[in-house]
Parts: sequence; structure tokens; C-alpha cells
Amino acid sequence: MSSTTVKQDRSGFSLAQYVTCLNGIVWREALRFVHQRERFVSALVRPLVWLFIFAAGFRQVLGISIIPPYETYILYEVYIAPGLMAMIQLFNGMQSSLSMVYDREMGNMRTLLVSPLPRWYLLFCKLVAGTAVSLLQVYAFLLIAWFWDIAPPPIGYLTVLPALILSGLMLGALGMLISSGIKQLENFAGVMNFVIFPMFFASSALYPLWRVQEGSPLLYYVCLFNPFTHAVELIRFALYGQTNWISLAVVSCCTAAFMIGAIYAYDPSRGLIRRGPAGGET
Amino acid sequence: MTATDAPLAGQTPPDSHRRSSPAEMPALSIDGVSHCYGARRALIDINFTVAPASFTALLGLNGAGKSTLFSLVTRLFGIQAGRIGIFGHDIGREPGEALRLLGVVFQPRTLDLDLSVTQNLLYHAALHGIDRREARSRAGEVLARIGLADRAGSKVRDLSGGQMRRLEIARALLHRPRLLLLDEATVGLDIKARADILGHVRQLVTEQGIGVLWATHLFDEIMPGDDLVILHQGQVLAHGEVARIIADTGGHDVNSAFMRLTGVAAETGSPAP
Repeated sequence: MSSTTVKQDRSGFSLAQYVTCLNGIVWREALRFVHQRERFVSALVRPLVWLFIFAAGFRQVLGISIIPPYETYILYEVYIAPGLMAMIQLFNGMQSSLSMVYDREMGNMRTLLVSPLPRWYLLFCKLVAGTAVSLLQVYAFLLIAWFWDIAPPPIGYLTVLPALILSGLMLGALGMLISSGIKQLENFAGVMNFVIFPMFFASSALYPLWRVQEGSPLLYYVCLFNPFTHAVELIRFALYGQTNWISLAVVSCCTAAFMIGAIYAYDPSRGLIRRGPAGGET
Repeated sequence: MTATDAPLAGQTPPDSHRRSSPAEMPALSIDGVSHCYGARRALIDINFTVAPASFTALLGLNGAGKSTLFSLVTRLFGIQAGRIGIFGHDIGREPGEALRLLGVVFQPRTLDLDLSVTQNLLYHAALHGIDRREARSRAGEVLARIGLADRAGSKVRDLSGGQMRRLEIARALLHRPRLLLLDEATVGLDIKARADILGHVRQLVTEQGIGVLWATHLFDEIMPGDDLVILHQGQVLAHGEVARIIADTGGHDVNSAFMRLTGVAAETGSPAP
């Protein structure tokens, strides 16, 4: 037995063992992502279609005045790039949750949940793993966007990283919270339609809020209270080396609230109970 | 010794796992456990124990409550009534302590088909906090023991059903548990694969002193020297040595004993003559 003293928690796990577990879950998620090339391609195609087609079409229609963090007139493509980055994370968060529902139904989730480490920690690791995958997708998008003349200051690629991590965790936790209430995989598509599209369109991802206010004051307030708006603004400012403190506060609070809610609401017995004539698995 | 090294039989358990002498401590104790799905009662006041280094068969028809019981023992379901202990550790109060002593093979396949055999094992090891170097060493050991060493780099998708089951058993043994639960582990396998897996699990009991709870609905998987729990419609109808249960019921084999207790015949895994 080793003579060195290792700090352990109540159930006898050391910090190194917690880190090993986190690494293992992130590694497994990354491997799955690499093996599912279609998932990677489709994650990139969606924002690129918006960038190459939608933005090009609306460039002449939607004028953007000089608003922070921009210091000069910008092209519409430049404006929507942070929104598309957040969109990648939004879809990824929901996709991760979808895979959790799938894993729960197929049984793979049992492998995770019979780990002796605390369940809250295992779910947190799943969130971190999903966020790590979303970072790969966002930076791949930024690389392609660079060739489309969307080139934030070089330091922006670094300063945006903490914002992406925070927004990735928030959106992943939201997905997990939603998936906690879903009994069957079939129900998830409907939920996505009621969550992803309203969140994305009622935000500052595609148009600045002052323009929304001109069109509909009510929608303006909806956008203002939408956490996704603040994720977009946090990313937008961070991409230019600045901090939007209100967005940072909102995203931080929402991340904590969604995460606690998701961990509290997660019930592994949902989906394990098979549907059948007897009404359940016994 | 690391915190995840649960000792095998014949070795001295670490202090954190010792509550009383191993002779007194059942590997698994189920005390007054009941479970309901809404108004439907799936388990009713279940009581039995599994001794260390013993093979206990949990025999019941489909729908008897075996999988519900496994979900409770593995903490997938919260316990509604009663208590479950693994080597004295209450699964509700000390889940970490209890689960690290437990290896599980679930009825549905729980392997990651897109990962390789070794990658599946390394993932499981990480979930138990076993570092990568140690995990690789253990993965090599368990694969050699279960006869899959030559498939270490293969995608799980490319394995046969029997090989997948063996891999699941290897995975369940990777963190060196002292109690192994197998929920209908031979379902869907041919006769040879079934015999191989059953033989291997029995070897684990005799050679490594692991306590085994083997859930099945096939009476020909049960040997005269085993302990037997008969579960029917959520209730334990009999618990004890196979020979004693047969004698007590006045039957001449497990099947007839099961029939006398439940009024229905158990199944055999062998093809009809």
C-alpha cells in the first residue's frame, strides 16, 4: 500500500480518481464524435448554410448600425457569426441530450450510472464532454468563416473560449433538463421544435435587439429575457476581447440553475421501464 | 492498494470495507424490499441473502420482478421500501462504497458498438477512477482470462453475441468486484456460448471467491449445489439450497419444484428433443 497520503472524499475517492473519470467520459464522447463523421459534417453544414446563403441574401435588406462591440460598419455576415456559433452549441446541447435519452433507452446509460462516483458528478462530466465537442465544432466553423472574411482580432479566438465554455455548459444543461422530463425518444423531436427554434429566432442571433424593438416591443422583451440572447451577446463581445457583464451574469446564473435543475430532475428509471402489455419491465 | 482495488477472496479486505468478519457478512442482503410502478406492485417484501463465494440462481418467469430487483440493487431505481446491503454497505446511504464492490451484466447489451473492445474496457475503468496505465494492464488480464485477447482492437460491432456477453463479463470484473450480478446473461445465445459463459462464471466463484447472483428463467442453468431463490409475481416463494427446496416441495428436480410452487412450468434453454 502506498505510504503517501491522498485526500479522499467520504466514499474514498481521491481527486485524481475524479479527474480520471472526467477524462474518460470526455475521451469517450470525443471518440464517438470522431466515429460519427456525419454528425460533424451536419453540425457544420447548418451554420454554413445560414452564413453563405441566408446572410448573403439579407445583406442588402438588413442594415446594421454601429453597435457595441463593433467600432465601425460591419457586414451582416460578421454580425450573425456569433449567433451561428451559439446556434452550433444550442444544437449540440440538444443533440447530447438526445443521445442521453437514446442511451437511456438502449441501456448504455446504465454503464455510466452504476459507477460508484456520485451521480451529480457523472452528469456534470457528461455536460463537460458535450461542451468539449461543441468547442471543436465552433472552432471548425470559425476556421471556415475566416475564409469568408469573418476575421475577428486574433486575440478574439482566445478570449472567446471561456464564453464558449460557459454558454456550452448552459445550453447543455438546458438540454439535459429537458431530457430529464422525457420518457420516450419519440417525444424529443417535438420538444426540440418547441425549444430550439423559438430560442434561436427570439434572440439577437440574426438581428440586433433595437431592430426587434422597432418592429415589436413585446417581442423585444421576449428576446431580452431569452437566455440564448445573452449567450449570443457574451460570445459576440468575447470574440472582440470585451466582456458584456450583464450577459455574463445572466448566462452564469442560468448555467447554475439549469445544471442544478437537470441533476435534481434526472431520474434513470425513466426510459428503463419498458413499454409492453404488462405496462412495464419487471 | 488504490481505493478501487476491491480484494478477491483469500485477501484481506481494506479497513474501509470491513464491518465484521467475512463469514458473518453476506455479499448481498435484501431486507423487506418492495417496489411499485404506480398502483402495480412489482416486488413484495423481498428477503434473501447471497453469501460470498457462492452461486445463487434467481429463478423466475419473465415479469417475475428480476430486472426490477437488479435495478434496485444497482441504484438505477430508488428504494421505496426495505434495505439493500452489499457487504454491509447500504446502497441507499453509501452508494459509492457499495457500488465499487459490485460488478453488473445487464440483460440488454450496454456496450458501445462504435468503440473497440479495449476502448470499452478503458471507459469502464475511468468510471471507476482507475488510471489509464493500470486500466490497460487490467484490460489485458481480463481479456486473456475470458479468451478475447486476440480481439482487443476489434470494434465491438464485429463481435458475435457470445463474445459480446463475455466482454460484458470481462468489463464487470475490471474493477475487481466481490459480487457479480448477471441478469439473464445467456438470453439469445446458442447452447455452446451459454455453456461457456455459465462455466466461466462458475469458475469465478470457485477460483476467485466472487459471490454471484445469476438471474434466469431457464431451470437447466441451475446445478444441485447452487443456492436458489424462486421469484414469482414479485414474491420470493423459496430460498435455500437447491436440494433442500426440491425436497421441501416434494419434487424430483428444479422444474417440478418450481411447478409445485408456482403452478406453472419453468423453461429449459435446451432445444426440444
